[in-house]
This record gives sequence, C-alpha cells and structure tokens, in this order.
Amino acid sequence: MVNFTVDGKNISVPKGTMLLEAIRDAGISIPSLCAHESVSRSGACRLCVVEIKKGNRTRIVTSCLYAAEDGLIVDTKSERVQNVRRLVMQLLLARCPESDVLQKMAEDMGVEGQPRFIVDTDKGKCILCRSCVRVCEEIVGVSAIGLFSRGSDKTVGTPFMEKSDVCIGCGACVYVCPTGHIVMTSTEDKRKIWGRTFKMQACEKCGKYFAPVDQLKYISKKTGTPLKEMMICTNCR
Amino acid sequence: MKETQAHQIEKDLKINYGPNKKFITVCAGTGCRAYGSLKVKEALEAELAKQNMQVDVLATGCLGFCEKGPMIVIHPDKYFYHSVKVEDVPEIVSKTIAKGEVISKLLYRDPDTKKTLFREEDLPFYKKQLRVVFGKNGMLEPTRIEDYLAIDGYQALGKVLSEMTPDDVINEVKKAGLRGRGGGGFPAAVKWEGVRRAHGDPKYVIANGDEGDPGAYMDRSLMEGNPHSVIEGMIIGAYTVGSNEGYIYVRNEYPLAVTHLTLAIEAAKKMGLLGKNILGTDFSFDIHISKGAGAFVCGESSALFASIEGRAGEPRAKYVHAVEKGLWDKPTVLNNVETWANVPLIINKGADWYASIGTEGSKGTKIFSLVGKINNTGLVEVPMGTTLYEIIYDMGGGIPGGRKFKAVQTGGPSGGCIPESLLDIPVDFDKLYEVGSMMGSGGMIVMDETSCMVDVARYFLAFLKEESCGKCVPCREGVKRMSDILEDICAGKGKDGDIEILEEMSKAITDGSLCALGGSAPNPVMSTIRYFREEYDAHIKEHRCPAGVCKALITYSIDAEKCTGCGLCAKVCSVRAITGEKKKAHIIDKDKCTRCGACIQSCKFDAINVK
Repeated sequence: MVNFTVDGKNISVPKGTMLLEAIRDAGISIPSLCAHESVSRSGACRLCVVEIKKGNRTRIVTSCLYAAEDGLIVDTKSERVQNVRRLVMQLLLARCPESDVLQKMAEDMGVEGQPRFIVDTDKGKCILCRSCVRVCEEIVGVSAIGLFSRGSDKTVGTPFMEKSDVCIGCGACVYVCPTGHIVMTSTEDKRKIWGRTFKMQACEKCGKYFAPVDQLKYISKKTGTPLKEMMICTNCR
Repeated sequence: MKETQAHQIEKDLKINYGPNKKFITVCAGTGCRAYGSLKVKEALEAELAKQNMQVDVLATGCLGFCEKGPMIVIHPDKYFYHSVKVEDVPEIVSKTIAKGEVISKLLYRDPDTKKTLFREEDLPFYKKQLRVVFGKNGMLEPTRIEDYLAIDGYQALGKVLSEMTPDDVINEVKKAGLRGRGGGGFPAAVKWEGVRRAHGDPKYVIANGDEGDPGAYMDRSLMEGNPHSVIEGMIIGAYTVGSNEGYIYVRNEYPLAVTHLTLAIEAAKKMGLLGKNILGTDFSFDIHISKGAGAFVCGESSALFASIEGRAGEPRAKYVHAVEKGLWDKPTVLNNVETWANVPLIINKGADWYASIGTEGSKGTKIFSLVGKINNTGLVEVPMGTTLYEIIYDMGGGIPGGRKFKAVQTGGPSGGCIPESLLDIPVDFDKLYEVGSMMGSGGMIVMDETSCMVDVARYFLAFLKEESCGKCVPCREGVKRMSDILEDICAGKGKDGDIEILEEMSKAITDGSLCALGGSAPNPVMSTIRYFREEYDAHIKEHRCPAGVCKALITYSIDAEKCTGCGLCAKVCSVRAITGEKKKAHIIDKDKCTRCGACIQSCKFDAINVK
C-alpha cells in the first residue's frame, strides 16, 4: 500500500494504482474524457491534470497516468490545475461547438467559452481522445480505424477514408466515444458505420436482428466456436 | 589486447600526414557543396595531374564558415582560400602549390582592419572559437576511417576497453561535467549510470540526429563531417551501460549524413572496432541507422522511440524515465549527436582538461549555428560561457548593412528571443533558461531592426502548429489558437486584451502539454512579449508595424526630396503602382501597391519610405 494526501486528505491505495482512480475512490471528482475503463491510457485530453508536490518540487501531471507514490502531496484544485482545465475546456468547446457533452461538462466546471477563439465547423464532435482507435486495436483486435495527419489536422478514420475490409461493424468505437461523434445507423437488417454497410444476422430463435454477420464470423474465427452456434442472440441463448 | 589492424594503419598514417606533408583540403560540407566545392575539388585533381604533381586533395566535412564557401586549405602552410571558383584552380596549382606563392584575391580580408589574412586561425570568425569537437572536420575525409585514425581516432575506445571499467568511464564523464547537447542539458553520466543500474535486457544506446530546428545544422555537419567521432562515443557509451545494440536516428532529409554514417559503420566493423568482440575483447556492439521522415516532434525522446519502433512519432507521458523504459520499453541511453562526439575527447584529454573549459554549471564547448541577419553565417564552436556579444559581433561579424541589432533567438523554434540589453550574458544552459530562452540544440537566429518581433513569434508558432503531433489538446488546439491570434495581430486585426489572452494561454499550455514540444511552444511568444511588448501594443492599438514588416500595417511612399526620378523603381514594380516623369519625383499608388519590397531593393537613393 502507498500512503499520500489529496487536498489535505490522507489516502491509502494498493501500489500501482493510478492517481485518477485513487482520488475518485476517495470521493473527490476529477474531470476526464479520454480515460475509458476498457482501454489503455493515452493522456491526450489533459483534463485530469493535478498538481503534485514531491520534496520541494511541484509539477502538473496527468492523474490517469501517474501512479500513486508514498508521501506525495496532491492538489486537485490549485490555480495552475484550474488554468489548464479551463483552457482545455475552452479549446474543446471551440473545436466541437455542437457537443452537448462538452457543454454540460463546461457548465459543471463553471467554464465559459473563450470568445476570442473562432469556432471550428469541420470537426464534428470528435475531440481526438482516441478511445475508438484504442478499443478497435486493443479489445476488438482489428485496427480498422487509426489516426492520420498531425497537429490540428489530425483525424480519425479508416485508411484513406475508404471502406475498411477489416472492420466488422461491431460498433465498439461508438460505444466508447465520449461525445457521440461516431455515427452508426441501423435499420432492420442493415447497419452502416465508417461508410460501410453491414448485413445483420437474424436470431434463429426469435428472429430479431442482433449482430453483423461479419462480427459473428470474426468471433467464430477467433474463438473457434462454430459459426452455427452463434446464430442465436444473447437473449435466447 | 591484441595489436589490431587499426593500430597499424594509424601508425602508417601518422607518417603520411606528417607536419610537412603537402596536401589540400576542400570543404565538402553541404553548404560548400551547394556553392560547387566538389567541382573545385575535381578541377584541382585534374589540374594537379596535368601539371604532374602528386598532391592529395581531401574532401573534408564542413569547416563552419559557410558564408564564404567554397573554402580550401593548402597544407602544410595552411593557406586559407575562400569563395574559390573553378576558374581559380589553374592559378592555385601553378602558384601556390608549385611555388608556395599566395594569391591575395582568394585570401580573407578583414572588413574592419582591411588586413589580408593568410590562415584560418587568423580570421576573426575562427580566432575566438575553440573547435575541439568540430575542428576535426577539416582534418579528415569523412568517408575514410584511416583519416580518423590518423588524428587519434578510436584511441579513446582502445583506452576504455583496455584500462577502464564502466564505472571508471562514468566517473570520468561525471567529473568532466558533460551535459546533454540536445537541449535539455541533463548530465550525461547520470543518465548512463541510470541505464547501467537499470534492470532489463537488452539495453539500447541511441544517438539523436533528428535535428529539426529551422536554421540549425550543427548535428548534420558533425554526422556528415566526422561520423566516426559520434560512433566512437556511442561505442564507449554502450560499453559503459552494458549495451550491445544501438541506433542512430537521423532524418532522411540528410542524405549525405546517412551515406557517411553508413560507410563509417561498415568501415568500423571491418576493422573490428564495431560488431562482435570489439578490439579482441568480449564486448560486442552493433549500430543500426534508423531514418526518420523529418518530423520535429521525433526529436523528443519518446516520439523518437515510437518512430524507431515503427509507430507514428507521438510522445507518451514520461513518468517512467527512458533509462528504465525507453526503446521497446527497455533501458535506453539517448544522447544527442554532439554529446556523443564529446565523449572520445573527454577520455583522450581527461576530465580535468574538459572541466577546465566552460562555466560553473556548463562544461566544455558548444557548437552554434549562427544564421539570420548576420555577416558571417556559419557554425561556431565556443567554450560555454562565451557571451552572445562575442559570438554575434566578434565571430559573426555583426549585422549586415550597418543596421541595428534587435534580438537573437536561441534554442530553435521553442526557444526565446533575447534583446540587446542581454547581449553580455555568458551563454550556458542555466543562463539562457534564466532569461526566458534555452540552449536547445544550438540554433542562433539573429534579427535586426528590420525584423518585426510579433511576426517572428507568428512565424515560430505557425511552424510549431504544423509540427505538433496532435495528440494532446493544449498543444494541438492551444498552439493553433495562439497562432491564429498572432496572425490576426500581424494582419491588423488584433484586439485589446490579446496580449493578456496569449500570456494566460502560454502558462496553461506550458503546464498542461504532454511533451516538451507543447511545453516550450509558447516560449517565442512569452519572450517577445517580455522584451518587446511595445511592438505588440503598436500592432494592436496603433495598427502600426514599427519594423515595417507586417504588410497589412505598412504603406510605401517615395520621399520627393531624395527621389531623382531615375525610374528604376517603376520598372521593377510588378503591379505598376509607381508612376512619374523622368527626372521628377515618382509616386506610389497605395491601393495598387502590394508591399513586395522590390522598389526598396532597386532604389539607389534610399528614397522609399515604409511606415
């Protein structure tokens, strides 16, 4: 166990626990957008920054990536921390003016948009947190989407923005996206995502369309379960 | 240790290149090549053959005085000829080589004293330099390992392998006080010690040759001009930390550096200086070259590792240091090219000698690339602690056209601008940081009164905006917004409060960014606001660019008293904005004028005003 203080409160957590979890478990809230529980950490959004004091040295770190240490003095609400969070929020509001998630978050944090920033009109609701890219690589294992270009031109998408051969239409990316940027439309027997239309499989028992055929084929191949056994939806299994 | 082939060659060569040997060196650094130095070399060889003379001509690495290329040095008299053309070659051979007569038109003339100077070391540009690392460039052909051996090359390696333990090396480098030349200034020995003690296998040794600052080319010139010095340093480092595999990360835009490094690695391997069982010991070490695609961010350690690993060059949070988890999460020493080149020197000459050069906290020398509004563009190597004034005026020869110095930008795009009032500061890691700039890898861009400091900040932020990898929000979005505001200010659309917004953003971006690129990106803005705030005010409040640079804020007019009506300006004006009768004062149509500056260039009477 490691012992340290957060905003004057003594906390004890198992070694290796990240500050973000340790602090949240202690009942202190910290905003974040890119730290999703099912994927690895990237430290991209910078909202979860905290100020740490170690010996005489004070610095700003991302709590989602910094493991708790004995004797650390953590300040989650210092002026420097607030300044970083406010700027990050203002920058994201200017990038994604249509995002209701961001607006709500900004309101909760008491942050208003910076009128000097001219809002973007071409970024949709994507904040480039890369949760979708990580889930596709780490959990699904197909890497159908990735990041390309750099700087503010950085974009998430399939290679060359063409229809992906490896995408299985599972929609995990939609599920992890914190702002609802990724669009997936479904009709009865079809699902459309990343520009490609997937055929849905109907449950052999109840007849309800429940998963893309490509996804079932992929799972079957990965797990060795015969495809036939997968034609029944989870409700009927 | 057995007598190696390398030792034998070295002995032979010392006789060949003895002090009385007649030979010619031609600077074949990238700058001189662009001036046509290889043609001069060919012409020299052809002419020597024609006149039946047996004199070696060496194509050396960069000599640093790039302003005056192509340069040749004639040994053993060491006559220094600059701006040599192919047409000069027959005379050089028949007079200087054959009879020892100098050709005065090819010698350097001191612009101040008007004296003609014969030798390199007499030139004001070189006089105050201490070229212990870079000076060797002029003594060898970088594609020949024999030349490096002739100047005691790989002696340090021999000494380390036969007489020193890894701890001895660490102690020696620590005592010397060597700090990283890539910009951070981190003590090299501490890094090495960390990797030596770290658990994990294999361990890696890497040279960072991803020099990405606009206007900086000292690492390039070292890799091109003396690749073995970098390699020797790396081998010593590898022995010290217990590594068997290393990488030189070099940008693909440096083809000559890649070629010379590749040849050097092959040659060193052939001689048993690299590869398996180096110099007959049981220590083995190999070096690979990893070519980068030229992203500024790949000079950052974790982005560099990602790039070598074959992933996109994006940094990661470095709460676990590279000495423990670097390349492929293994313990890694990453040092800049120049840092590695300093290592053999420390071993050969000793830590005491090395530590006697420089200041309290910064030892040894530093190579700077001196560019911008300066008379002597080139590379200078000076002891740490040399003042900016000495570098810019004594070596750099001051500002062209008698104009007034305004600022010097040190540390590359994310460094800061230092004003005239601070020209007397001694240049070292700590002092530069104190005044709001940094050493960086050693870029020095000089600006004069015709440079607009807001425009300078705008330029650097535009560069950094493009080079941001785009991973974290403060850098990707923040630097872009700062750049937008600076564009506005330069376009006359600045608003009250912009300076305060820029200052506030600078602090938050510095604190909140993932890596050093974002962390230092606001430096050009912060330092120009700190020292040149009045220029920002003039742009925003008075819609005026005092330096006459920002096109939206300036107008051109002709001084009727100075204008002789020669009509030259009207001729060069591509939009026909200038009219007037011959021999009578001309006028500029402000609506048509695009403020391109062609008229100013053409006017011989200084009659065109910019306000």
